[in-house]
Amino acid sequence: MTEFYALVTGPLAWVAFGIFIIGLVYRFVSMLALAKAKDGSSLAYMSWFYGIRSILVWMIPFKSMGWKSDPLATVTTFVFHIGFLLVAVFLNAHVVLWDTNFGISIPSLPTYVGDIVSFVVIATCAVFAYRRFALPQVKSVTKCQDWFALILVVLPFITGVLAYHQVGPVLLMTTLHVIFAEILLALIPFTRLSHALFVLFTRAYMGSEFGGVRNANDW
Amino acid sequence: MGKISSWDWETGQKTVVDSLSPLEGHGWQEEPYVSPDGETVAAIVQVGEGEFSIRTNNTVWENTFEKIWYPRFSPDGRLTAICQQDMEWVLAVDGEPLGETTDYIWDTMFSEDGSAISTMYKSMERYGMCLNGEPWEELYENVTTPALSKDGVHTAGVAQVESMGAADLDAFKRGVYTVVIDGKPWTTRFLNAWGPSFNDAGDKVAVQARVTVYENTIAVNDKPWAQTFNQVWEPTFSPIDDSVAAPVRQSGKWGVARDGALIWEPRYQQCLELTHSRDGKKLWAIVSPEYGLFTAACDNAPWEQTFPTVTDLVVSPDGMRAGVLASTYSTDFHIVVDGTPWPDTYDMVWPVVFSEDSKNVAAMVEKNGKRRILVNGKPFERDFDQAWPPVFSEDGTKVLIRAIENNSYVRIVAEVAQF
Amino acid sequence: MSHIADRIISDVGLESGVASLTPEKIEAVVTRVLKGETGAKLKVYKETCMRCGLCSQGCHFYMSHDQDPSYSPVSKATETMYELIDKKGKVSPERIYQMAQIAFTECNLCKRCAHYCPVGIDIAYVMITVRRICYLLDVVPQYIRDTAHSHSSTMNQMWVKDDEWIDSLQWQEDEARDEFPGLRIPLDKEGADVYYSVIGPEPKFRTQLIYQAAAIMNAAGIDWTMPSHPGWDNSDMCMYVGDWENMGRIKRAHYESAMKLRCKRIVMGECGHAFRSIYDMGNRWLGYKEMPIPVIHAIQFYWELIQDGKIKITHKYEKPVTIQDPCNIIRGRGLMDKLRDVVHFLCDEVVEMTPNREHNYCCCAGGGVINCGPPFKNTRMTGNRVKAEQLKNTGVKDIVIPCHNCHGGIEDIIGYYDLGMHGHFIGDIIYELMEKPEV
Ligand code: SF4
Ligand code: SF4
Ligand code: SF4
Repeated sequence: MTEFYALVTGPLAWVAFGIFIIGLVYRFVSMLALAKAKDGSSLAYMSWFYGIRSILVWMIPFKSMGWKSDPLATVTTFVFHIGFLLVAVFLNAHVVLWDTNFGISIPSLPTYVGDIVSFVVIATCAVFAYRRFALPQVKSVTKCQDWFALILVVLPFITGVLAYHQVGPVLLMTTLHVIFAEILLALIPFTRLSHALFVLFTRAYMGSEFGGVRNANDW
Repeated sequence: MGKISSWDWETGQKTVVDSLSPLEGHGWQEEPYVSPDGETVAAIVQVGEGEFSIRTNNTVWENTFEKIWYPRFSPDGRLTAICQQDMEWVLAVDGEPLGETTDYIWDTMFSEDGSAISTMYKSMERYGMCLNGEPWEELYENVTTPALSKDGVHTAGVAQVESMGAADLDAFKRGVYTVVIDGKPWTTRFLNAWGPSFNDAGDKVAVQARVTVYENTIAVNDKPWAQTFNQVWEPTFSPIDDSVAAPVRQSGKWGVARDGALIWEPRYQQCLELTHSRDGKKLWAIVSPEYGLFTAACDNAPWEQTFPTVTDLVVSPDGMRAGVLASTYSTDFHIVVDGTPWPDTYDMVWPVVFSEDSKNVAAMVEKNGKRRILVNGKPFERDFDQAWPPVFSEDGTKVLIRAIENNSYVRIVAEVAQF
Repeated sequence: MSHIADRIISDVGLESGVASLTPEKIEAVVTRVLKGETGAKLKVYKETCMRCGLCSQGCHFYMSHDQDPSYSPVSKATETMYELIDKKGKVSPERIYQMAQIAFTECNLCKRCAHYCPVGIDIAYVMITVRRICYLLDVVPQYIRDTAHSHSSTMNQMWVKDDEWIDSLQWQEDEARDEFPGLRIPLDKEGADVYYSVIGPEPKFRTQLIYQAAAIMNAAGIDWTMPSHPGWDNSDMCMYVGDWENMGRIKRAHYESAMKLRCKRIVMGECGHAFRSIYDMGNRWLGYKEMPIPVIHAIQFYWELIQDGKIKITHKYEKPVTIQDPCNIIRGRGLMDKLRDVVHFLCDEVVEMTPNREHNYCCCAGGGVINCGPPFKNTRMTGNRVKAEQLKNTGVKDIVIPCHNCHGGIEDIIGYYDLGMHGHFIGDIIYELMEKPEV
């Protein structure tokens, strides 16, 4: 088990990071090439100013019509994404990891905060799941991929929390946690979670079209 | 072109009409038109309540009409206008009706030397063309995009040869349009056909044709090319062998096909105004090598410099040079000759003219409300309130300027060396 | 929740098109469009759409049908394009019928949902691409299809023949001369400052609009012209059926018609979709990043005339009015402030609708839906209850509507919901209020 843990946290972690990084780069480069070949009449309107403006405006909760229209979804979305990033990057166990593996030292969250945030993230995932189950306008368009993405995201959190609170065999839980986290990382570029990358461009493009061509706000 | 040499080419200026203010008794006078030789300026005038005529220099046509529009000088200097009398229409040439009156006429066209004149023609809700006052024998439910051969012998248009009920999709898809030459239809039916054009001799016609709902091609003398394309633009006959070339669009890119086969592989965002040089050896076009950027190309080789908008390609008589009008979406116009813009930008520009030896280029431009005549990029000594495009003398050493200044219409012959 | 299959409407164009479909043909066309015509944009949209449903409330169809999810933007995309992509075009002809009905009649391509989608998915683009596929499959509602045929055959929307066009202008000129002595509608005047363009229905059914425009141009002393040749029509239903090839052809005719006359700019009448076709769609297909010649919407033109003091009115319009913000002019081109400046200049009291400006609800006629004709009128009526409520809540009786399609759509809504209101073009109001010579 320990060797397995070593394998998971060692080589497999590198593999996961490798797939994540290379995957993102690959997806970006190939998508850009496709856009250049086929979407010239869209690409030509990309604007740094309007693109970034749009991204920033949409990062303000309740600013846009969309964020105003569904407060639960808005709060959930913001809390989830912030929580996800906080835990993924600043959880003290992870900070140690950055330091030992990459030599990057960054401040870490107080342990109890990390713990709370993890719970909150799980809770937001529950809300997402609730929306997919209960809201007709979400349920009707939800596909397996959407559930898959949600499960992919929540598993590392659940196992992480279990491991931290020593529910079940710690080593097993920790190993599972790491494996799920690695799977998540590796699959981000190839599932719905690729929106982590592409949303920047869809948002910037919409912002550019509205700002540059339509002279109107896109929020 | 013998005509031009018979004009008055003595260097200097002459005031043709002293005052362009409306003549006495005229309610109003419309915008002026000038003859190619610059000896006559003409305008529609209101001579009385519901009564119109045309003023030429300081005289007025004897005949008056209920309505007059579309005054146009023919290349040989005759003045035509579309006139209404007793609710019927006729083309008046130098004041005299050409042919019988009818329900409607429009779209006056001239042969190259001006000896032949055609118009569109409508009688009893049937449509056709009229050549020198003679309507086609057979008329149609509709005729569009008329053409007159250079020698003025043949006329052609696209006719609707079968009736269609309201919103009759099936009839449309079967094809109810064809090309009609001198009143006689081709046998092939098209879903749509646009812009028939004649070869130099006037005995062949090429047209853009929509052969199925989704396929376009070129049809020549009643025969569509075997190859079809996503879209096509105006075909042009080669003066050498009567082969036909046209811009064609395939997989989202434009190229050029000759007699159906690609000769410029589609690689442009756009390809317009395809033009054979007079000797047929060069093929010019306006192309867009990159989205949003345009320039001219000769034999598939685009000029280096590109612009957001490029129009009005003019190829020199020897086929080696060309001039276009470039702008930033119709503001800040440039005149671009041989790939290089002339200095300065303008509010409006007119197509360039080459001298017969292809050595000199002239153009008219507008800046701050004033018209200016340029030769090889250099302006004439002064600007005008209004002007018409310059004309070169046959030997290319002089330029005819037709202009209005201080309410007078003047005719100036300037040496090219003066610029 | 309803399903498109339960609300199929009979239409000759859709029926005959579907009748000649085979699964092979569907697959071939879908593949051709997905491989040949679309690219990263569509791919990213499909992949990045989080199926969060936030766009739902953006759509008047969804809101008007008591939040029926089958009308939500994402549902419309899922039921059409996303399914075509997932199944690689392996869908049945019946399914194509349903998709066509969704794409042509249950989405106005109004882009209102863009204000709701956090990801920035352009559902209107997805839907117009579905229309493109349906067009290539020959499955297009009859009436709009016929309009597109008119465009390609005559370069105008209404089968207006070349002489009829000139004749209507001369007729309007004659009529107007009784009221404004010496008024002209100058034809083909080279070098004029303004080239005035209209939509096909104007010479056919709404000649008074040409009359009014001439009166305004005349009073304002504008150096203007109208062309005698085809290309005068700025409207474009080819754009809305997905016939890009002829969209390009007619837009080219339009731009070139003005450019050949060496006019400085085109001023167009009060139309929304035509404006879109000129500033957004037609120019792109032709390869122009912007319009090759400036095209100014009537709102902006009136605004300039007012700024320059060229419009003189005898008094203000006394009755309170509300303003319809046409999507293609406001959300599409940002003329909301100018529109308000103009209306406030003309009218005493303006009661705004909520929401308004770029957040306005579409009239439900747009995107070619009204052009799909009588079979789909009910779709527009039930699909825009929110507009009726919005209108009613203003408490006024007069609506300023600077868009042809909105006019038709809102008049229908007024009738259907018995609102007792009236729509006016800005031109109607200016004409009514302007100083006129005493004859
Ligand atoms: S009608 Fe408008 S809001 Fe509704 S889906 Fe279409 S573009 Fe979006
Ligand atoms: S709001 Fe955007 S991301 Fe969410 S379902 Fe609608 S289109 Fe998809
Ligand atoms: S018709 Fe009017 S409101 Fe409706 S889509 Fe067009 S511009 Fe929008």
